[in-house]
Amino acid sequence: MTSLPTPTTWRAWLTADAPASRRQARAASLYQGWQRLRANRLTMLGLAVLALLVLAAIFAPLLAPYSPYAQSLGDRLLPPGSEGHLLGTDSLGRDILSRLLFGARISLYIVLLVVLVAPVLGLLVGTIAGYAGGIVDTVLMRVTDIFLAFPRLILALAFVSALGAGIENAVLAISLTAWPPYARIARAETLTFRGADFIHAVRLQGAGPVRIVTRHIWPLCVPSLVIRVTLDMAGIILTAAGLGFLGLGARPPSPEWGAMISGGSDYLLDSWWVATIPGLAIFAVSLAFNLIGDGLRDVLDPKDSGQ
Amino acid sequence: MSAIDIRKLNVVFGDYEDRNHAVRDVTIAVERGESYGLVGESGSGKSTVLRALVGLVPEWSGEIAVLGEQQKPGPRRSHDFHRAVQMVFQDPYASLHPRHTVDQVLTETLRLHGLKGVDARIETLLDQVGLGGGYRFRYPHQLSGGQRQRVAIARALAPEPQILLLDEPTSALDVSVQAEILNLLGDLRRELGLTYLMVSHDLGVIGHMCSRIAVMQNGALVEELGVERMRRLEASHDYTRHLLDSALRSVRGGR
Repeated sequence: MTSLPTPTTWRAWLTADAPASRRQARAASLYQGWQRLRANRLTMLGLAVLALLVLAAIFAPLLAPYSPYAQSLGDRLLPPGSEGHLLGTDSLGRDILSRLLFGARISLYIVLLVVLVAPVLGLLVGTIAGYAGGIVDTVLMRVTDIFLAFPRLILALAFVSALGAGIENAVLAISLTAWPPYARIARAETLTFRGADFIHAVRLQGAGPVRIVTRHIWPLCVPSLVIRVTLDMAGIILTAAGLGFLGLGARPPSPEWGAMISGGSDYLLDSWWVATIPGLAIFAVSLAFNLIGDGLRDVLDPKDSGQ
Repeated sequence: MSAIDIRKLNVVFGDYEDRNHAVRDVTIAVERGESYGLVGESGSGKSTVLRALVGLVPEWSGEIAVLGEQQKPGPRRSHDFHRAVQMVFQDPYASLHPRHTVDQVLTETLRLHGLKGVDARIETLLDQVGLGGGYRFRYPHQLSGGQRQRVAIARALAPEPQILLLDEPTSALDVSVQAEILNLLGDLRRELGLTYLMVSHDLGVIGHMCSRIAVMQNGALVEELGVERMRRLEASHDYTRHLLDSALRSVRGGR
């Protein structure tokens, strides 16, 4: 067993021309990607906002000055900067800052659940269709087309009405309506790779279709899906907020950002902050995900990472 | 028993107006330990013969026998076939997975063939193709064209095959690197007793590597001749003479 390198040689170890182990090769390639990502200031800004969101979600109970549900009708509609209420209060006298912090948990929860379902489903459907071809391809892609033919929010509304309102069902509905574009991307990528010599080469080693798809095609499709997911994340948060706004997502007392806007819209003219502050939060997080997506595209895009 | 026995092979792509009779009644027999060359201009169907042989072109008619085992049309080949017959592709930039290190490429191949002692075998393979262990954990984009082709050759040697199919293995490389790769292939054939079926449009390459050549034109075999006769320019068919002429002219013109 070789000893671990000391901190002064970490850089040398990571940038070595001839890596000496699998671990080193993988670490070196991750390090190079990180270097390229770090060169992009806007992406780092996006990452910083995302880090803040994660910290806010984790430490919400410690950071929030009040319970997100505690009503105090005497303190209703206080403007930002009021005594004890940094971002003001809403129509029921609830502290907006506290609700925003707890709402970060809901936003992250939505994002994580959608990420676990939609791209995975899309990857499966797309790569199977692309690699198998023929009748399998036709059937899977027509199903995809049917899903694509409906506007996303309308389809999500239909799903939520069928499944019942609630945050989990909203997420499920968003995921079920979000996978078709991923399937299309994965299929297109698969089609470009399935005729490549390196796929022929593994086939000539006797590899079966399952192994080729999972070990040789998936790693090539994942980067473009990751990029697309981060760019779509803004849309996902907005759709979730939209469902919340329409009363089909999070139920009323829950501090979901879309529901907060919906609650504040009645007072928009005389108490602008009630709807605007959660709106700004949604805007900041959506923008952060978009910036990260742009940076990741530069790092991960298989078309130019070969250089 | 020949290493490769192809009789009356026909390959047709497309239907109706798009119909392209790519290979017409080609009959080839490659003996064990022999190095056999298929020559022809691009589109003459020479690569298609190799691709039909390994199953990359699934639809053909005729007979193909490899080491006495009859092959059927279709993409499937037996496990023994995959071990015994390996292929080196034309473009080393396209034949290696862009996100797999040399180590991953060779490990995957060895595992697929169920071979033990992967680490030691990879070291041996890299030595055999003239790449040191220092190249083991590099990605293809960190290698030159010649080095990539050496990795592709190492992959082809991994299951200890008896037959190597070489599809223009040097045409995507610089002239100086071409010679290195050809010498490597020649050395490996002598050391390991391999049988080569090589496809090329370059008569110089074929003349250097092969003991017998077959000339193809428009999908049909027009002539088969030994390399001595080729070097003495004793071709009987017009097309072969034309090929030899133009090869000579390009050599003289280059000087």
